[in-house]
Amino acid sequence: MHMEEFRSRAREIVNDPNLTFHQRRHYLAGLAEESLEYPSLSDAARQALDKRVICDMYEGPAPYRARYILPDYAKALAHGSEFLELDPPTDLGEALNFLMIMYSQVPSITSYPVYLGDLDKLLEPFVEGVSDEDLYRQLKLFWRALDRVFPDAFTHTNIGPSDTRVGRTILRIERELQQVVPNLTLKVDPELTPDEFVREGVLTVFEVAKPHFVNHPLMVRDLGEEYAAVSCYNSLKIGGGSHTLVRLNLKEAAAQHEGSVEDFMSRTLPYYVGLNAELIEARIRYLVEEARFFEHDFLAKEGLIDLSKFSAMFGVFGLSECVSTLIGGRYGRDQAATELGHRIITAIADQVRSIPMPYCEGNGGVCFLHAQSGIDTDVDVTAGSRIPIGEEPDLFSHIRAVAPNHDHFNAGVSDIFQVEDTVLSNPEAMVDVIRGAFAEGMRDFTFNVGCNDFIRITGYLVRKSDLARFEEAGARHGSTSFGYGAETNTHVTARNVKRVLVHERTPRSPE
Amino acid sequence: MSAPRGLLNDFIRFSSVDGPGNRFVAFLQGCNFDCIFCHNPYTINTCVDCGICVEPCPEDALFWGDNGAGVKVDWSLCNLCGVCVDVCPYDSTPLARSVTVDALWEEVNETANFLSGVTISGGEATLQADFVAGLFAAIKDRSGTSHLTTFLDSNGSCGPEIWDRLLPVTDGTMIDLKALDEDVHIALTGVSNNRVLDSIRYLAVRRRLYEVRLPLIPGFNDSDDQLARTANWLAGVDPALRVKVIGYRRQGVRSQYGELQEPQPEQMAHYAHILTGEGVRDVVQV
Repeated sequence: MHMEEFRSRAREIVNDPNLTFHQRRHYLAGLAEESLEYPSLSDAARQALDKRVICDMYEGPAPYRARYILPDYAKALAHGSEFLELDPPTDLGEALNFLMIMYSQVPSITSYPVYLGDLDKLLEPFVEGVSDEDLYRQLKLFWRALDRVFPDAFTHTNIGPSDTRVGRTILRIERELQQVVPNLTLKVDPELTPDEFVREGVLTVFEVAKPHFVNHPLMVRDLGEEYAAVSCYNSLKIGGGSHTLVRLNLKEAAAQHEGSVEDFMSRTLPYYVGLNAELIEARIRYLVEEARFFEHDFLAKEGLIDLSKFSAMFGVFGLSECVSTLIGGRYGRDQAATELGHRIITAIADQVRSIPMPYCEGNGGVCFLHAQSGIDTDVDVTAGSRIPIGEEPDLFSHIRAVAPNHDHFNAGVSDIFQVEDTVLSNPEAMVDVIRGAFAEGMRDFTFNVGCNDFIRITGYLVRKSDLARFEEAGARHGSTSFGYGAETNTHVTARNVKRVLVHERTPRSPE
Repeated sequence: MSAPRGLLNDFIRFSSVDGPGNRFVAFLQGCNFDCIFCHNPYTINTCVDCGICVEPCPEDALFWGDNGAGVKVDWSLCNLCGVCVDVCPYDSTPLARSVTVDALWEEVNETANFLSGVTISGGEATLQADFVAGLFAAIKDRSGTSHLTTFLDSNGSCGPEIWDRLLPVTDGTMIDLKALDEDVHIALTGVSNNRVLDSIRYLAVRRRLYEVRLPLIPGFNDSDDQLARTANWLAGVDPALRVKVIGYRRQGVRSQYGELQEPQPEQMAHYAHILTGEGVRDVVQV
C-alpha cells in the first residue's frame, strides 16, 4: 500500500460521520495492519486469494491475536488473576464485577470478546442464598452493561443444557431488555434439558430472535464437555479457540472449473481445499511463531487459554451455487442437487481431516470444519451450506435436506429458519421442531419470527429499527454497519419461510 | 374384515394451529355441513366424476381413466394450481385420493420425531370413523409413533355410537360450535345443532374435549346476547373449558356468500371480554 492510499483511507475513516470514536480507532488499527506484508504464500495460493476463491475474512495480513478466544472463566473465578490483580470472587456481586473486568481484556478480531462464558454454570455457585429478586436485579444491571460496554453482536454467551435459576433469569431479562448484545446460545440435551426450559428459550426467540439452539450431545461427541458456541455460531473448545478462519468459496471454485462433475470432485475441489489449508497454515504460523501471541498474552500465561486446545477453522460457503453451476439443479429442492451437496461436503471433510495442521492439537492436529455464514460484501452467494433465501422448501423438507451436512461441521453450521407468526400462540410446536431437528442430526440452528424488531443478518442480530436509521445516523453497535451492507448487498429481509446469511470483519474499502 | 380406506383431501406435516404442539394434520374429504363461511368448500362433497374439470386443467394433469374409472390425476403433472377446484360446481375436487391406514401411517411415521401428535380434520373426520379409528390405533400400537397424541377436529355432528368407537384411541377433540341457537345454526350450516351440543357434553364428561371453537360470523352469531348465552352454556358444561374464538376471515369463502367484514383486534377483544364475563375462564383468540 502506498503512503498516499494509506493516508487517504485513514482520512476517510477519521472523517466518517457514521462511525463512533471506538469504531474509527478499530478501523484505523485494521488499516495499519493492512499496510504490512502478507505471510509468504505459494503463487497458486496467492492467486486464489486474490480471486477470492479462498478468503481470509479480511482479517489482515499480520494476525497478532487469535480470531476466537474462549477463556476458561471458571478457572479464573476459582483462582483469580495476577495480571488483573483480582482475587477469586466470594459472592455474586464480586463475580459479576470480576467477569466484566476480565471481558475487557480478552483479545479478538472485533476487539470485543466473542465469548462471555457459560454464565449459568459460572454463576450458579454464587447464587445460593441470593433471593430471586436480588438475582434478577443484579443480572439485569450486568446485562445492560454488556450491551453498552461491548456493543458488538458477535459477543456471545451460552446457557444450558441444565435448567437453572440463573438460566431462566437470563431468558427473562433478555425478553425484557430487547438488546442485540449478548448473542445467546441454549445448549439442549434431550436427556437433561426439560421441555419447560426449551419452551422458555422459544418464548425468548419470539421476543428477540435468540437464543440459538445447539445439539449438546453432538457437540460433546466432537468437542468434549467443555465447548461453547461463540461469535457467529462457531463451536469451539473452552480454554481454547480458533487461530483464524479462512473460507473456501465453493461457488467460485465451481466457476473456475472446466470439466465434468467427477473431474471437479477429483481435481478442482481437492486443489482449492489444499490452497485454503495452505493459507490457514501461513496465518497460524505467523500468529504463533512471529507475533508469538501465546507467549505474551496474560490469558495464556495464567493458563486461562492453552495452545493445546486451539485449532483453526476451515470454512466453506456457496455450496448451493456450486451445485447449481455443476449440475444445474437447486440444492435443497432437487434430490440430485441436494445429494451432490452432501457429497461435496463429505469430500471436503475427509480431505480436511487428512491435512496435518500445526498448533491444532485442539482438534487432533487438523482443522475444524465450519459452514461459514457470510460477510456483508458477499453478493449472490449463499452462506455456508444453506439453501438460498426465498428457495427454502417447507420446514420439514428443509431440515431433511440440510441435516446430513451438520455431522461434518464440528465448528458449527447455523442454519436459520423463518417461522410463521401462527406459532406464537403455540410455543410447544417449536419445542417439538427443535427436538425433531436434533433427532435428525442437526447440530445448531435458530429461528426468526417476523413479528419482533430483530433480524439475523447472517448469524448475528441487528435491530430492524437500527438498520432503518443507520444510513443517516450511524449505529452504536459495530455489527449494525455490517448488517447495513448485508442488507443492501443481498435480500435478507426478503427471505420467505426461513432464513440465511453472514459474519465479522469486512474491508473498509471495496477491493 | 377388509382394512378401511380413507378418502383424503390432503395432509400437512407441520401445523401449530391444530391442537397442542406441532402436529401432522390430515384433511379428509366430505362433510355433512354446508357452512356459508367454509374456508375450504372443495372438501365438502365427494367427486361425482362429472369431468367438468378435465378440460380446464392448464397442466393436462386430469384425464378420464379407463373402463369408466372416472377422473384421474397424473401427479407428475399436477402443480396444485387450484383451477379444478375453482371450476367444480359441486364443492369438491378431483384431487382427493383413497388411502390405506398403512400408507397414511407411513407418512406420519416419517415426521414422528418432530410431532406432539396427529390431528384428523376435514371435511368431517367422523364421517370416516372406521378409517380414523384404524389410523389412530396404528399410531398408538406401532413403535415410532406410539408417543403421539391423537386428536380430532370435528363439527360434532356424530352420535354417541361413533364417539364410543373413536374415543378408545382418541386423546382429544376440538369441536366447532357454530351457534347456540338452533335457527342461527341452521342458517349458518344447513342443519340443526342438537347433536353438536350433545357431543360437547358427551366429550366433556369423558375428558376428551380439548377445545370448543367459536367461529364468529358478523351479523349471524356474534351479537353480545348470543355470545353471553353461549358462554353461559359452555361454562355450565365446564368452566375450565378451553374456548377458542375464531374471527371471520374471507380467505377461501365462496363468493355467493358475500363480503362480510373481518373483525378488528378490538372486536376480537370484545368477544373475549363477553365470554370471560359469563364465566368462561380459558379464552383463546386467533
